[in-house]
Amino acid sequence: MRHQPPGTLARYTAAARINHWIGAGLLILLGLSGISLFHPSLFFLTDLFGGGVYTRVIHPWFGVALLISFALLFIRFVRHNLWSSDDTRWMGALSRVLANDEESAPEVGRYNAGQKIIFWLMTLLILILFFSGLVMWDRCFFSYTTIEQKRIAVVAHAAAAFVIICIWIVHVYAAVWMRGSVRGMTRGTVTAGWSWRHHRKWLREVARR
Amino acid sequence: MADLQSLDIHRRSATDEVPPQIREEMQVAKLIDVSRCIGCKACQSACMEWNDLRPAIGEFEGSYDNPMELGPAAWTVMRFTEWDNPKGELEWLIRKDGCMHCEDPGCLKACPSPGAIVQYANGIVDFISENCIGCGYCIRGCPFNIPRISQTDRKAYKCTLCSDRVAVGQSPACAKACPTGAIMFGTKSDMIAQAEDRIVDLKSRGFQNAGLYDPSGVGGTHVMYVLHHADDPPLYAGLPKNPHISALVQVWKGIAKPIALAGIAFTAVAGFVHWMVAGPNEVQPEDDSKGREVIDTERRG
Repeated sequence: MRHQPPGTLARYTAAARINHWIGAGLLILLGLSGISLFHPSLFFLTDLFGGGVYTRVIHPWFGVALLISFALLFIRFVRHNLWSSDDTRWMGALSRVLANDEESAPEVGRYNAGQKIIFWLMTLLILILFFSGLVMWDRCFFSYTTIEQKRIAVVAHAAAAFVIICIWIVHVYAAVWMRGSVRGMTRGTVTAGWSWRHHRKWLREVARR
Repeated sequence: MADLQSLDIHRRSATDEVPPQIREEMQVAKLIDVSRCIGCKACQSACMEWNDLRPAIGEFEGSYDNPMELGPAAWTVMRFTEWDNPKGELEWLIRKDGCMHCEDPGCLKACPSPGAIVQYANGIVDFISENCIGCGYCIRGCPFNIPRISQTDRKAYKCTLCSDRVAVGQSPACAKACPTGAIMFGTKSDMIAQAEDRIVDLKSRGFQNAGLYDPSGVGGTHVMYVLHHADDPPLYAGLPKNPHISALVQVWKGIAKPIALAGIAFTAVAGFVHWMVAGPNEVQPEDDSKGREVIDTERRG
């Protein structure tokens, strides 16, 4: 185990970090392979996966792997993502938070309301994508659904994929915007100053331990 | 008759470029006169023969339909319906099922692989197997439930309207083989004229609702039927009354594509603008000292 630098707090264990980055990699692979079959102008992206046929073959397996990976992440993080009245008040102060003024927003625990919304949207969308994906997976499940159900599934799959890509952009942007956040998921630690600024209640809890 | 110009491509799947269109191309059509069909299946045999298709031998299921369904190696199937008409008489309705070669093909619209489905300038819709990735989207696009994915090579197959024969001035194998002349082939306008003659004849024989099946919901088809009961196409083993490309497929393959890409780009641009306006949210020196203070007090206390 690595020595933890003084003045920092442990935020993510090595297992949680590896779990997160496996999921992140899978989500990117799914996004690239999926969007290549969604828009003809992006069909060239199938070359990344060995051509159209192999893209069609591998995409659902990425999906299965993501479901497993995300399920583990869900179990790890769900208890920190339960909604509270503070979160509702925090959302009321969202415009000030976006202007980098967090002092006037309620103090935040391990996750703020925005992070919790992303967590639950990711959960919901991955479930929609998984189940609509099964209906699209003709190789394995063609005979279980009607053609009309298959049509509904492709539209639901595309719509959910669109939303999750936008959510992914917001998630990545927010991590970069809130300077000092990315190291939590790479090195596993965050600074005392970062914790004071963004997750004050969590800082007190961790410091007490 | 048609010539090699028929290989000009009018529509190509997953491709937005303008096709060659300076030539006035003759539109072809197959006309199937259901009232003259005797159900001999010569068309099925000729199709297998010309296209080198050998569907697996199945089981008898108590029906004249053989095979029971279209398949990757059964591009046309006679569907037999025993119908008790309102006069209490039995009518044996026999429809040769297969690809209708829609003017606006749902399969082609749904296909994500560039050039896996094409529509030649003469109207024939053809699957170009080497470009097929086996996703099955054509099955979702088709209003007639025609394409079938092969379990052997995971590619989609359907009737080609014998595009290879038509390209050299021949009629499709099924039309060539039909012993009663129920299957006719020629230009679409000739076939419509032929159908009109047949409809007059059928009406004179008491089939008041005889008519041509050339459904406008898919822009017309290059395989048309003369039906004795054109007012009720579903009588003929579920032939759709008003086939059209599903609204779900229209949205998915139409407006959803630009909207989704624009939405994704907008989200990314919103991030850029936010960075320009609000800038990064940086930890300040006072945050550091207050944070350390909390750690020190809590740890001491």
